[in-house]
Amino acid sequence: MSRVAGARSVGWEAFRLLALLSFAVFFAVPLLSMLDFSTRVVGGNGRTGQAWKNLIADETIRSSIVTSLLLALFTVVLMLVLLTPTMIWVRLRVPSASRLVEFLCLLPLTVPPLVIVVGISNVYAWVTYFLGDSALTLTFAYVVLVLPYAYRALDAALASIDVVTLSEAARSLGAGWSTVIARVVLPNIWAGVTSAAFISVALVLGEYTFASLLNFTTLPTVLALLGKSDAPTSVAGSLAALVLGAVLLLLLSFVGRRDRSSKGA
Amino acid sequence: MAVQDSSTTGRGSATGTGVSLVDLRRTYGTLNALDGFSLDIAPGEMVVLLGPSGCGKTTALRILAGLDRADAGEVRVGGEDITRVPANKRDMGMVFQAYSLFPHMTVRDNVAFGLRLRGQDRGRRLARSREVLDLVGLSAFEDRYAHQLSGGQQQRVALARALAVEPSVLLLDEPLSALDAKVRVQLRDEIRRVQLDVGTTTLFVTHDQEEALAVADRVGVMNAGRLEQLAPPTELYARPASRFVAEFVGLSNRVRTEVSGGKAALLGAHVPLLDGSVQDGAGHALVRPEAVQVDEGGTPNARVVAVAFLGPFSRVQARLDDGQLVTAQTSSSLAARLVQDAPVRLEVDTEAVLVVGD
Repeated sequence: MSRVAGARSVGWEAFRLLALLSFAVFFAVPLLSMLDFSTRVVGGNGRTGQAWKNLIADETIRSSIVTSLLLALFTVVLMLVLLTPTMIWVRLRVPSASRLVEFLCLLPLTVPPLVIVVGISNVYAWVTYFLGDSALTLTFAYVVLVLPYAYRALDAALASIDVVTLSEAARSLGAGWSTVIARVVLPNIWAGVTSAAFISVALVLGEYTFASLLNFTTLPTVLALLGKSDAPTSVAGSLAALVLGAVLLLLLSFVGRRDRSSKGA
Repeated sequence: MAVQDSSTTGRGSATGTGVSLVDLRRTYGTLNALDGFSLDIAPGEMVVLLGPSGCGKTTALRILAGLDRADAGEVRVGGEDITRVPANKRDMGMVFQAYSLFPHMTVRDNVAFGLRLRGQDRGRRLARSREVLDLVGLSAFEDRYAHQLSGGQQQRVALARALAVEPSVLLLDEPLSALDAKVRVQLRDEIRRVQLDVGTTTLFVTHDQEEALAVADRVGVMNAGRLEQLAPPTELYARPASRFVAEFVGLSNRVRTEVSGGKAALLGAHVPLLDGSVQDGAGHALVRPEAVQVDEGGTPNARVVAVAFLGPFSRVQARLDDGQLVTAQTSSSLAARLVQDAPVRLEVDTEAVLVVGD
């Protein structure tokens, strides 16, 4: 009996290892290929770091990387500040509004980005008038863009805990609403918050349609242009954006985890 | 509504705080959850609200906790009107029906949560956490998380967490209903022991009559948003004030009877009447199974229909000569001798019964 169970366990372990390796190869090969391509000497042999040097030396590329990273950061912050308390509040106090909030959050999925851009271009004339023509004003459009995905991640996290009972328990122990949200609900939906942030960063770093049609310069628009004249630098820029985004999210995840584990009795 | 004063129970201590719920009303749409509900709890007393689902018992408890608001009425604790005080300022401890430990905190951190909010320093928090965890017998589990505990252990930690802040009132909202039968009985007794130890005024809500009768100083039976009867368990059981209470608390036979001269004619005996009974003419007497005796000798007046073995005692169902079914509680040794259709004589105790109209 135990021998059969042991054999089954070994088989399961082997399957897991194989699956893990397959996924690692699936994700690593394109990244390694990008690294390989971006360090090759065009039309010759050997390696060169010229494409990567261009990322730093070229002012347009450098500033577009900074712009896109700031856009990702601002989008994540604004999305979380708007969506997280709203969704918690709806679950706690006005559950009857949950369908409406879900409908509003998922609405951007049903409208093609091109149509949204045409629609909001007039609004952006006002945004530019009041806030200037910085590409960072795209934050508002990007928050709308990431709403459906962020909503799903947060909704799943909130559904996995009994928010009402936990918050009532905290209230009965003397916690005000801000304490309930910060110390009881948020730590228990942190995985969902991180997922929402991950997917938002990924979307913003790859977003081309809005930026291009609204005439803003971001990393995707620069890389698209560069791809026609200097492919290795374009690929190096793509890889850099991916790595920087991943580092940003790892930092976010690490800071959140450390913050939660340091609050003992 | 029939109310017996807590001073006659002799069980409540005087270390807690008195609670008064005065003429509470609460509606949800067209449903009257509370319809003029009033209740006084003496300091240190444990009152259990008992009733069927939807009778308003949890609504009353939640209004006392500040988690729901009354449309009308008053909530007083220690003589102070706290009707409009928010839940987090009410100084109450609460244990919920659903498991409510904070999943991201250890047992110790859960228990210390309320103390932390009250600004107590780390040393005092740790000392108090250990003290209350000792009280519920879980001090060895203080580094565990909720998912590493059984349901019973989680509810004991929740009790410790509620008591850690030394609340003026302890509220228990069906804390045992998610547990299996054996754990439920153990924890029920433990809750009562702890409550008597600390002397906190307690309101306990349940739909389980056995639970209510076992732990309460007084039991309040609720029906349709109102208190039907508030009395010590023995009083409630022996002298139900209404048909609803008699039928909801314990089993009751409904036996046809004729009332005259303040007594009910019942299975050959003349039995005195409880207050609220029909005073003259035909009615139905509500008779507990344990008030019915089964006699194998004598002139038979019934035949055995079925016997249910329940361990130390058995329930015998018999059909009277006039066709009525009556359930009697008897010793299992006697029940073992009874076979189906055996002729028996049924008699009743001469303790007072409630007779209701047809």
